[in-house]
Amino acid sequence: MAASESMTRSVAGEAARSRAAEFLLRRHYLRWPEALPWLIAVGCFFVFPDRMTFGSQLLIMIMFALSLDLILGYAGIVTLGHAAFFGLGAYTVALASIKLGWTEPISGVFFGGAVAGLVGIVVGWFILRYRGLTLLMLTIAFAAMLQEGGNIRSDFTGGYDGLPGLTFDPLLGHFQYDLYGHTNYWYALAALAVVFFVVRRIVYSPFGQALTGIRENVRRMHSIGSPVHRRLVTVYAISAAIAGMAGALFTQTNAYVTLTVFDFDASAKVMVILILGGTGRLYGAFLGAAVYMIFEDKLSKMSPTFWQFGIGLLLVLAVMFARRGLLGVGDTIRRKLAGRRAP
Amino acid sequence: MQLGSRLGLTALALALGLGGAANAGTVKIGVVLPFSGANADLGHQMDKAFDLYVKLHTKDIAPNKVELVKRDEGPPTGAQAKTVGTELITNDKVQILTGFSFSPSAIALAPVVTQAKMPMLISNAGTAWITNLSPYIARLSFSMWSPAYPMGAYAYNKIGCKTTAVAYTDFPPGKDSTEAFETGYKKVGGKVTLSIPMGSPVQVPDFTPFFQRIKDAHPDCMYVFIPSGAHATGVMKAYGELGMRKAGIKLIGPMDLIPDNKLQDMGDAAIGTIVMGHYAVDLDNQQNKEFNEEWHKAYGPDSYPDFMSAAAWDTMHAIFDTVKKLNGDFSNGEKVIGALKGWSTVGPRGKVSIDPQTRDVIEDEHAMEVYRKPDGKLGERILETVPQVKDECKALKIGRCAS
Amino acid sequence: MSHAANIVISILFDGLAYAMFLFITSVGLSVTMGLMNFVNLAHGAFAMVGGYIVVSLTRSLGIDFVPALVIAAVLVGFISVPFERLLYRHLYKATDLEQVLLTIGLAFMAIATFTYFYGPIPKSVPLPHWLEGDINLGFRAFPSYRAFLIIVGAVLVTVLWYAFERTNIGARIRAAVDNRRMAESVGINVDRLFTLTFAVGSGLAALGGGFAIQLFGLTPYFAVLYLVLFLIVVATGGLGSLKGTLLAALVIGIIDTGGKYMFPQAGNFFVYLITVVVLLIKPAGFYGRE
Repeated sequence: MAASESMTRSVAGEAARSRAAEFLLRRHYLRWPEALPWLIAVGCFFVFPDRMTFGSQLLIMIMFALSLDLILGYAGIVTLGHAAFFGLGAYTVALASIKLGWTEPISGVFFGGAVAGLVGIVVGWFILRYRGLTLLMLTIAFAAMLQEGGNIRSDFTGGYDGLPGLTFDPLLGHFQYDLYGHTNYWYALAALAVVFFVVRRIVYSPFGQALTGIRENVRRMHSIGSPVHRRLVTVYAISAAIAGMAGALFTQTNAYVTLTVFDFDASAKVMVILILGGTGRLYGAFLGAAVYMIFEDKLSKMSPTFWQFGIGLLLVLAVMFARRGLLGVGDTIRRKLAGRRAP
Repeated sequence: MQLGSRLGLTALALALGLGGAANAGTVKIGVVLPFSGANADLGHQMDKAFDLYVKLHTKDIAPNKVELVKRDEGPPTGAQAKTVGTELITNDKVQILTGFSFSPSAIALAPVVTQAKMPMLISNAGTAWITNLSPYIARLSFSMWSPAYPMGAYAYNKIGCKTTAVAYTDFPPGKDSTEAFETGYKKVGGKVTLSIPMGSPVQVPDFTPFFQRIKDAHPDCMYVFIPSGAHATGVMKAYGELGMRKAGIKLIGPMDLIPDNKLQDMGDAAIGTIVMGHYAVDLDNQQNKEFNEEWHKAYGPDSYPDFMSAAAWDTMHAIFDTVKKLNGDFSNGEKVIGALKGWSTVGPRGKVSIDPQTRDVIEDEHAMEVYRKPDGKLGERILETVPQVKDECKALKIGRCAS
Repeated sequence: MSHAANIVISILFDGLAYAMFLFITSVGLSVTMGLMNFVNLAHGAFAMVGGYIVVSLTRSLGIDFVPALVIAAVLVGFISVPFERLLYRHLYKATDLEQVLLTIGLAFMAIATFTYFYGPIPKSVPLPHWLEGDINLGFRAFPSYRAFLIIVGAVLVTVLWYAFERTNIGARIRAAVDNRRMAESVGINVDRLFTLTFAVGSGLAALGGGFAIQLFGLTPYFAVLYLVLFLIVVATGGLGSLKGTLLAALVIGIIDTGGKYMFPQAGNFFVYLITVVVLLIKPAGFYGRE
């Protein structure tokens, strides 16, 4: 009796374990709904060809939000100073083009990302020993100090009037930049696609698992010997690098950068966008940025005061009724529909 | 950015052509002003002036019309202004851009207006070298140097400022204004004893530590530049609280120091302040009297125009005159700029014109002193007028103005 | 009076006035965050509302400045209670992020509402004669308004200290800050305590907002412009600690004033530097727990 019971149990256990293993292994396969945001992005080019300047800025914001999702959504690091890395990437590209004559755009973006990433390693190593309010204030202070420092050396950075009239080589030596922003749109879209698939890879890898573990229960991760601090610094550096690349693209698409890239408002805005869309879901960045910026564009034309009230109300409602962000709402709807279909 | 591809330009030309043909005689004006955010009051001042002028003078340009398309300039980062301005050109197919509270907005759009051959008439942004950035940019408001440079000589010669301490908000307009003042001041023999940056333009700082330091240094005068708005009230309060006038330190500066819509709040501390500016509500000329009358009629007795509204008023006037001159045909950007160059009028600010060489404004600068009028309100009386001041930064080719 | 001594006195006096403003406005935030672990980023909005109430009372109803301050503080204290009961209460168990989001949303709504009713133009208040000008103590004259602020601050510090350290309620609050579960298990009604501290804290914020009008001018954006500053005071002082908030306010107030006097080119750099240095050495702030 006992023997057959344990046999059954171990067979059942086997089956469950192998299902779990399969789930984990399969997760990184591409599912068809994932093609949707990309198809929409490409479609926008044909449906709204005269909104491409806005479109590029939207794609850059998505990239920025994505970088934040890595640390906020997956590793659980709460930061209100991520604009520091965006700004570092933005200024690297600008200063490289002016002082070093480095006007090749694609390598410029990588350069901007690299600088931001390196700074991310150093800063992260120091501040990621802390959590909660302490960490939050340290991130705010770091971005603010960069901005103040930039103003002190405004002979170098141009201060709040910034560095105008930047020029960049045509993309891939061939595609010029035009008034309608078409080249910039495809450029930003391609960059976003590359970054996204890299991030996706990271998130579904064992490294990504470890990050989720850290977010969910850091004590346990310590107790199983996971090198928590090292992992956090690594993901922070990667996130910083991506934010830096978004900043670099920002400078290139605007041909202009000012110290306002380090604004606290910018850090707060990207966090609101990400949470609105849904953290830890990767596509939350897409949805949040699209909803926020499109609403901002439409509503602020009607009445800027109403826009501000509206976004405040949206945030309050989101927290009260849609804790997992808009994607969470989507999930709930899907589940309800699925539930109804089952007999 | 490099100049656009032929395809883009062709598409643009077609679009503009189509747009022009469809509405012959209606000139679409793109208005870019801050309508939201912490600087919304600046946008409102100019917006009111634009609307008022259009309302009162639409009949003057009949059968042609204008249509204002307004967009939010956003914060002074330049990025939103660039997006919004570009879309006004490509989407809304405007034929002239105007507004621009912040210099970064105009700076960001310079390459775009060059590429699109779109005339841009600035009604506020004051960084001196902006008009150098594109042959399509003209300005009717002021350059930071316009009031500050003549104030230097005036302060030394007429106010008795042998030594002056300089204090400014730490951002480009502050630095430009004080550089302009110091250039004019040192030229005639003045001595600048202190130069104090006073924090960022975003938050109004506690001015006391900065002013206390000036008080301890006992200069004859203090030249202060702050962004017009909440900072101005803070400056006047600190000046009053620390008893600086009693200590013998006169307060001077550009007219940003005593914005017309905040003057009444400033109390006794403001009396005796001497500023150099191109506009005051009390300016005694026919156009200004009418301007103020119409303003109060439209916006109430407690609302006042200021130098930004006056500049916006003249800007719309210039656009209207150009509509008349070109008979509603704004399809050629170069022609529009050509018509604007050398344009002049007598408006609420007195005689203003657009310098054909630099496309920047030439206007009178008045030395004005704050005093209490017989009816109890605070007002400004003109001590002296420096006529038809050009931007000296470009004339003397200083720094970035040289290019 | 020697020059150096004059400078020192100037810095101490101005720094002290600034510190009192920071303390009055931030102490409520510190205690509520320490007590209920609730991140209330709408705290600045309560200060802003207090400021506008003072403006309306003095300008439209002709009430004197000082009574208007008191009325505004009491009003905002009462208004904050329904917010706590109906809205915040549901989120005590929520994550920091959700609390941040909710309260930022409320702050935005407040800013938009007040922009709609009052307009974006900065407001000022008419002050009574005895608050304009200065007090001459012989060796030096001191601006009356700031002297008043320092005195009010000192009185409040004393009253709050007494309430915290010497009364029953104070003891209960301290117990709940130290260990909420334990406090609940000995019969302390932590919920009601929290409503009380929240109301008092918001009322004090309103008082700070009323004082700020003369110092910084008032626009609806006050709600978020100075929020980072309040958070810095709270974080460096230590959550839930009266002593900590006071010490942090003094340190930041005096060093920032001194920095602006001696090295104005550095701008706000010193405030952030202090934040980083303090937090790296004492992550929980001067008197924070754990």
